[in-house]
Amino acid sequence: MSGVDWSTLVPLPVVLALAGAGVAVVVTGRIRLQRVVSVVTLSLVLAVSLALLVGADRSGPLTVAVGGWPAQMGIVLVVDRLAALMLVVSATVTLGVLLYAIGQGAASTDEEQADEDAPLPIFHPTMLVLSAGVSNTFITGDLFNLYVGFEILLASSFVLLTLGGSAPRIRAGISYVVVSLLASVIFLSAIALVYAATGTVNMAQLAERLDALPDGTRLVLQVMLLVGFAVKAAVFPVFGWLPDSYPTAPAPVTAVFAGLLTKVGVYSILRTQTLLFPGGQLAELLLWAALATMIVGILGAVAQDDIKRMLSFTLVSHIGYMIFGAAVGTVAGISSAVFYVAHHITVQTTLFLVIGLIERYGGSTSLTRLGGLAKVAPVLAVLFFLPAMNLAGIPPFSGFLGKVGLIQAGAQQATWLTYLLIAGSVLTSLLTLYAISRVWSRAFWQAPPPEAGEPGRVPRGMTLPAAGLVAVGLSLTFLAGPLFGITDRAARDMLARDPYIDAVLPAGAP
Amino acid sequence: MTLALAVAALTAVGIWLVLRGGAVRLIVGFVLLGHAANLMLIAAGGTDRREAALTGQVEPALAADPLPQAFVLTAIVITFGLTVYLLWLAPRAEEAAGPGDWPPEGSP
Repeated sequence: MSGVDWSTLVPLPVVLALAGAGVAVVVTGRIRLQRVVSVVTLSLVLAVSLALLVGADRSGPLTVAVGGWPAQMGIVLVVDRLAALMLVVSATVTLGVLLYAIGQGAASTDEEQADEDAPLPIFHPTMLVLSAGVSNTFITGDLFNLYVGFEILLASSFVLLTLGGSAPRIRAGISYVVVSLLASVIFLSAIALVYAATGTVNMAQLAERLDALPDGTRLVLQVMLLVGFAVKAAVFPVFGWLPDSYPTAPAPVTAVFAGLLTKVGVYSILRTQTLLFPGGQLAELLLWAALATMIVGILGAVAQDDIKRMLSFTLVSHIGYMIFGAAVGTVAGISSAVFYVAHHITVQTTLFLVIGLIERYGGSTSLTRLGGLAKVAPVLAVLFFLPAMNLAGIPPFSGFLGKVGLIQAGAQQATWLTYLLIAGSVLTSLLTLYAISRVWSRAFWQAPPPEAGEPGRVPRGMTLPAAGLVAVGLSLTFLAGPLFGITDRAARDMLARDPYIDAVLPAGAP
Repeated sequence: MTLALAVAALTAVGIWLVLRGGAVRLIVGFVLLGHAANLMLIAAGGTDRREAALTGQVEPALAADPLPQAFVLTAIVITFGLTVYLLWLAPRAEEAAGPGDWPPEGSP
């Protein structure tokens, strides 16, 4: 390690966010100060994440042994290229969403029926805790700490989802909470089994010790972890909770959930399938799951009349792409999957924010009650059109590049199943386009239905952050070259496993 | 063996209660499931060595594995926090759903 010691930065994304959350709670009564605190905190997190990405890309995985305990005994934090990239993307969208929420709050005289309790004071600290939890799952090198990260983000997501405590949110919240808790119990039991079988929860050590286990035992552990993560990632057949719970929450909350929470599951799948269980024992199963997720998700999306529900289903559907890449398991596959995760976090979050704008402007998200927006709100139309086309994978957007990468990876493997997956992903892409163009033609082009109300006012404080995220999404297209460079190197390191293991356990410690 | 049976019983009753429906059953069910997972963690550390894990005072071969205990402590705290949240949420969900309609309409 020459020059700067980047690794001192490693714990900061979590520490800063938690400290910021603490301060934000203390200044609850003073809304403006609280806003400054959370924006400054998240900006710092973003800056640190960018530095970590540069550092990890230059000098390989950065590690910190928490409390100075050696890796075998204490918790290690590891930031490799994958983790750093995820940190950067998640910090970017969280910051964007927070600014949007501030814009919404500043303009809100609370016409929004569900927010009449105005739970603004807890919104900022909870978002910061959520951000800390998400970052924690990315930087941890310890399976149990991963569980703790999950619980941090789950607990705050429970609070965010049931903000205000109105009946629809409670109804949506209970199914989300029950499913999440069951998944957590499965994950925790899996950790117990892993520890019983190997005597460690340090992921680098696990990578070495799991190899020595009998195939049957390994498979049980792999399946249990996979089930726990698949529920969080909303992979078929355990995705039913998502379209039911997400659409009821306020727009910024749905946006951050859609962008980040499922991707945490995808990240965990990518990490464990490459580091802990290499060799693709379950590759075929994952491919089928990916196919079913894409097709079932998009068929659900096509059938929806509400834009939020439609987007929730496309979210499920596009998780399939990432699982596809993870299941192919080659450098090209993993690299495209990581690229797709970065692209999808940005685009999906942006779309949900824009839907929030539409809801505010048109007073509804139901296609039957919207119309003619392109004429009266051209800016809104552009803001919707760009990320929507990006999501559908129209060239030259990053969604197209990610999908091409995945299709190439599948074609390189050249089994009938991967060809089937390629057909499935092309079909999904077309159907996404169909679902999106339905929204486009009905909400933006058609004459407004007679019952449509007067257009609401959309504050600039909400439009600007949404526009900013649209721009970030577009910049992924221009930055696709360097980004694919990073994801390629990340994928190579992940598949080689040695860089990660050597960074955590230097000098071949036992 | 006792631990294995306890885990089995707790899991079975826990799942039954969660599926059975009703706010109180749901909460108790999750508490039991949490205990089952915690017992599994304890079992993972081995139950034949039970002395306090203090270096210099206890023979290392007899000392209990401290790591699973740390896990369990963490897990208990988390479960406790989430139980408190469930105590807030579940009765409201039951109310929102109305009597005899559990799980609430619209959930999978």
